[in-house]
Amino acid sequence: MPLLRIENLHTYYGHVHALKGIDLEVEEGEIVTLIGANGAGKSTTLRTISGLVRPREGRIEFGGQVINHVPAHKIVQMGVCHVPEGRRIFTTLTVMENLMMGAYTIKDEEAIRENLRRVFDLFPRLAERKNQLGGTLSGGEQQMLTIGRALMSRPRLLLLDEPSLGLAPMLVKAIFETIREINARGTTILLVEQNARAALKIAHRAYVLETGRVVLSGPAQELMRDERVRKAYLGER
Amino acid sequence: MQQLLQQLINGITIGSFYALVALGYTMVYGVLKLINFAHGDLFMWGAYIGLTGLSALVALMSRGGPILILPVSIIVIVTIALVGVLIERVAYRPLRSAGRLAPVISALGAAFILESLARNIYGASWKTYPTGLVPAGRVALVGGVRISVMQVLVLVVSFLLMALLYLFVYRTRIGTAMRAVSLDHEVSRLMGIDVDGIIATVFLIGPGLGGLAGMIVALYYGSFDFTLGWIFGLKAFISAILGGIGNIPGAMLGGMILGIIETLGAGYVSPQWKDVIAYAILILILIFRPTGLLGERVAEKL
Ligand SMILES: Nc1ncnc2c1ncn2[C@@H]1O[C@H](COP(=O)(O)OP(=O)(O)OP(=O)(O)O)[C@@H](O)[C@H]1O
Ligand SMILES: [Mg+2]
Repeated sequence: MPLLRIENLHTYYGHVHALKGIDLEVEEGEIVTLIGANGAGKSTTLRTISGLVRPREGRIEFGGQVINHVPAHKIVQMGVCHVPEGRRIFTTLTVMENLMMGAYTIKDEEAIRENLRRVFDLFPRLAERKNQLGGTLSGGEQQMLTIGRALMSRPRLLLLDEPSLGLAPMLVKAIFETIREINARGTTILLVEQNARAALKIAHRAYVLETGRVVLSGPAQELMRDERVRKAYLGER
Repeated sequence: MQQLLQQLINGITIGSFYALVALGYTMVYGVLKLINFAHGDLFMWGAYIGLTGLSALVALMSRGGPILILPVSIIVIVTIALVGVLIERVAYRPLRSAGRLAPVISALGAAFILESLARNIYGASWKTYPTGLVPAGRVALVGGVRISVMQVLVLVVSFLLMALLYLFVYRTRIGTAMRAVSLDHEVSRLMGIDVDGIIATVFLIGPGLGGLAGMIVALYYGSFDFTLGWIFGLKAFISAILGGIGNIPGAMLGGMILGIIETLGAGYVSPQWKDVIAYAILILILIFRPTGLLGERVAEKL
């Protein structure tokens, strides 16, 4: 049984039909990437999974439970954490307070300390800056903070929306390495990316989205060799 | 010098009233970006419920004394807090995604309803609090400054409440979540924070504190009428803006500054001119710091 199973998902924004029947599965332990052009519905897919928007039709199953109508804050408790598009850290909270908000659903102090240790281990920079206000971090550090904050809840499934957006090439490379590292330590990842080449490189499987529909899917290696993918998303002729 | 100190103490007393009420405006603005126009009237209702409670208790026990204030304070806090939560539930929550204007009208509506209710139930005449609740004496401080027992009482209570609120907001998990919700509802939900629950908590604390302030103010001045909510509410609102709306230490600071400027203006120039002086200074401060004294520009991005 897959960790996440989505069937025939339809999501609307008012009259805008953003998702037109998405089917998607993520197995435990995988990195699955969702690629597609601007406006294809990648962010909407993640937002529907995490409960920020409600689907009009279809079902979302996580760990065998249907979560379509579970409020967003309870979905986090179930083990899904969504890092949204743009570096939306809490600017006037300290780095430490940001991380503590990430652990909001955890009551056990010992578990929180343990998660904090893991996050600082992954991002030593955050430990150095823990008393600084989030808004004073550099762009790259802010992106580390959004990911670190999400990991504080120790999610089973991490939804990442364009984590490399707006970062310098060096940092992009580091972020993708970090994602692979997080996965190697046991977290399943659903990754949305504009940077299709880098995403396909680290992913096990991929889905290609066009105007609210899945048009292609398969092992990432295969999609990387696919003619249509190379033309449309990898910038080749 | 002695007069200045005396005036400062009076100013801080009035300032702490403004601050207690300003906190309610600023906390609600923080989480909803809405001016809760009903807040001044909730504050006034605190004065009325305090009146009913204290009068009843004095009659029942056939004695005065400060100890009677305690149970009535609790009744006032609980009642006004519950009314605050009720208003949020029926007047604000259904309009949360309805743009900025509809909730403002709803808030004004709630304010008018509360004020009308007070006038219809208690009448438009001046109401007087029972006497003998607080000893009438004065305490001598250094430099010949004298301060009434009443002033000591209200200052101690106000500062204690503000300190507790500060610790709650800046040192606890729920308080931090409250600040997170003020910055970004959506990301707060993604952290597992029950945003509706946090907003309800704000509507418990703000009005609870404001209602208690209503009782304290009425006790301090001895009498009031139904216009109390409007006048005091407006000044507290101004304090919140002056300190930087949404900012909790700002509301405390803004209230103190407004109270002190008003009192010094009344004492050194003339009572008739105190408002002219106070508000001219306010306008000046806002020209130079449009976001208020402690207003955070970083937060404005969102
Ligand atoms: N809040 C909204 N209100 C109305 N329409 C929206 C809203 N958010 C997204 N849409 C529309 O839904 C469609 C899918 O948007 P979505 O943000 O999911 O795309 P995306 O694949 O993430 O794009 P990008 O790569 O630019 O981030 C688009 O046509 C977009 O215009
Ligand atoms: Mg997007």
